[in-house]
Amino acid sequence: MDFGLSEEQQLLEQTLRGFLAEHVPIERVRELRDADCPNDRSIWSALAELGFAGVLVPEAQNGSGLTLLDAALVAQALGHSATPSPFLASGIMAPMALATAGGTAADAWLEGIGSGDLVMGVAVTELFSVREGAGVQQRGGQLHGRAMMAVDACNANLLLVAIDSETFAVVKTDAAGLEITRLNTVDATRCTSEAVFEGVRPEAVFDGAGDAIRRMLEAGRIALAADALGACEAMIEQSVAYAKERKQFGRLIGSFQAVKHMCSEMIAELEPARSLLWYSAHSFDAMPEETPLLACHVLAHVSEIAREIASVSTQVHGGIGWTDEQNLHFWFKRIANARHLLGGPEHLRDQAAKLQGFAPAA
Amino acid sequence: MDLEFDARYDDFRSEVREFLSKHKPPKSLGVAEEEASGRITWLSLLIEHGYWARTIPEAYGGYGAPPDLLETVIMDEEFNRVGVARGFNAQGPSMLVPTLLTHGSEEQRKRWISPTMRGEIIWCQGYSEPGSGSDLASLQTSGTEDGDDFLLNGQKIWTSTADKAQMCFILVRTEPDAKKHEGISYVLLPMDTPGIEVQRLETMSGSIGENSFNQVFLTDVRVPRANVVGKRGEGWKIANTTLKHERSSLNANAEGTLLRLAKLMQKETIGGVPAMASPMYRDRLMKLQARALTMKHHGMRMLTCNLKGEPAGVAGLIVKLQNCQLSFDMAALAIDVMGELGALYDHTKYERERGYWQALSMFSLGLIIGGGTAQIQKNIIAEHGLGLPREPKPAKV
Ligand SMILES: Cc1cc2nc3c(=O)[nH]c(=O)nc-3n(C[C@H](O)[C@H](O)[C@H](O)COP(=O)(O)OP(=O)(O)OC[C@H]3O[C@@H](n4cnc5c(N)ncnc54)[C@H](O)[C@@H]3O)c2cc1C
Repeated sequence: MDFGLSEEQQLLEQTLRGFLAEHVPIERVRELRDADCPNDRSIWSALAELGFAGVLVPEAQNGSGLTLLDAALVAQALGHSATPSPFLASGIMAPMALATAGGTAADAWLEGIGSGDLVMGVAVTELFSVREGAGVQQRGGQLHGRAMMAVDACNANLLLVAIDSETFAVVKTDAAGLEITRLNTVDATRCTSEAVFEGVRPEAVFDGAGDAIRRMLEAGRIALAADALGACEAMIEQSVAYAKERKQFGRLIGSFQAVKHMCSEMIAELEPARSLLWYSAHSFDAMPEETPLLACHVLAHVSEIAREIASVSTQVHGGIGWTDEQNLHFWFKRIANARHLLGGPEHLRDQAAKLQGFAPAA
Repeated sequence: MDLEFDARYDDFRSEVREFLSKHKPPKSLGVAEEEASGRITWLSLLIEHGYWARTIPEAYGGYGAPPDLLETVIMDEEFNRVGVARGFNAQGPSMLVPTLLTHGSEEQRKRWISPTMRGEIIWCQGYSEPGSGSDLASLQTSGTEDGDDFLLNGQKIWTSTADKAQMCFILVRTEPDAKKHEGISYVLLPMDTPGIEVQRLETMSGSIGENSFNQVFLTDVRVPRANVVGKRGEGWKIANTTLKHERSSLNANAEGTLLRLAKLMQKETIGGVPAMASPMYRDRLMKLQARALTMKHHGMRMLTCNLKGEPAGVAGLIVKLQNCQLSFDMAALAIDVMGELGALYDHTKYERERGYWQALSMFSLGLIIGGGTAQIQKNIIAEHGLGLPREPKPAKV
């Protein structure tokens, strides 16, 4: 009977945050924004060595076999440091889909993913939002079509692509007929791309994989909420620190009530969201029947408060907050990109209503 | 995280369900004289089964169970499901009792806790004065030593339920020469003491809901010095414990209110179509549901901190601010869903749910102000929670 993080989880969080502060300071993030893909493999290898690539990989495949709450703490730390990494796709979503679907091919990939040798991107946008006529179909054992906003795909070895809500395929990123092109977003810390399939032969197709796809999306949504929450934490910390050092009118700006109240409002939104995040992530392993609703709510809610926190914390900094030099914008943009990556708030709330029978199911 | 409901908890849940299927609460559970017998019978029954005063020691009239988060969650869920209040949300049980448990003498605990929990004694809180609201520590009501007694003189205001209360926990200045925060004492005052005059103030919520608001005039009111809680002059510190309890007990039952709101939206029709079918209203409901979920689980986190005696830090300071506003916003959606009929009141024809939502709207607004306004909460969060510098004192002119 205990609602909170265990000692092991607190230790995991401390270790990782310490590592990231040392090895991925914001200056390193700044360097990576000019790279072809921000998902630098040396950072990922170092994280893999510490066991973070395989948090969700089952122990049978040499992974750590930890819970989604542990994984969410990792995502939160990565958001907090704005670290570019393929954690969302290769650390959370792909392993969850593969472990749920099972089979020898899946097991072999899981092992590679956990060691960090294999990186697997995911292309799932069309499950919840079809734009530009996108979508990937199977014809005569080959894949055709286009996937938009694939996550962590361009510096990956493999790509998981959703065909419909029951079927997904895995392809090699260098397969003949597949062209992956980076799509630049405001956010220089996360890799998104377009994948065009012109008769690509898949390595494997998983049919009847509805549960695997659902669990993958739920885990992804909770982890993305954690990432955005970590970014919010970082922005609030910087705002409070700045308010304690910047002076105007002969006094610290943090002594102005307007500034105090901006900070209080941000933290008042953050803390309850953290509680919901913990519970949602915990439910994934302990009370999975509750997760579908919670995953929608936690990501929608965090997306809403994160937009506000991103704006207000920039305002606390005044003009310098709006400069490139101040770095605050890395988090601002990471939050902006996360908002629609796995379904925007309106979509998620609509799903939440449907799950409860409040809205006619599609 | 350990929220495993093992078999023991299943049994506990069935017990609670069975209790609720067998017993019905009185029609209303208020502080009024005419509600007294129903209130006392019901609360005593709850204590007997351990659903109220659960963790208060038996020696003080409680049930004496060890604290358990999941039991608390189960009781709340089951009581919510059938829309029955689990206990009595008045100032005595929620503020005075925790204060006595921390600061009271053994004699005070033995004497006051049991009858307070059973609803036999109604308490009011005598803090605010006409000139001292947010700046409470500037209060002027005096307590002058006179033999074994204090003589109280002054005026209190916004004193909820003073007209119905038998007792008042009151702050008075007993050390006029001490510094502002060091001259105050926390005193237990019987309301039938000669020299007390209570004058009712009408509230904005009018005919419905808890609306007893008063001014209390004190003229040479004699109270034994033994009625001071803690040490003389330490009343400010002790009052802050009470306020802390007031603020964290405002853990309004957001989930229950949300369920009620969802039911309203399924029942209320516009042009023959349920309000729930409107994507606009539905989206607002889902936004509120997410907020209600954050506060529900935040409540579990805070409860864990309380039970373990760990400080909750800034996470504890934000509870009142968030809960009161959430409650106000839920009432606002309900009123909007009822549209032009949403303003009906005073049990007029066509009024929905006996005016519950308008009353809740005004009541939550009162909670946003009472017990430290939203602005004061934000000051506290910033200064005590985030360590931001205090406002510089204005230069003396
Ligand atoms: C429903 C209800 C029940 C109540 N019940 C009780 C009771 O039982 N017993 C009791 O003793 N009192 C009670 N009160 C009184 C309540 O505690 C006070 O009303 C409250 O603390 C505010 O004090 P005030 O009314 O003097 O307003 P003021 O302090 O005059 O405040 C007016 C405005 O100024 C703002 N303000 C004041 N100081 C600051 C500051 N430093 N920074 C920023 N803004 C500031 C306030 O936020 C507010 O907006 C109750 C009030 C309500 C509404």
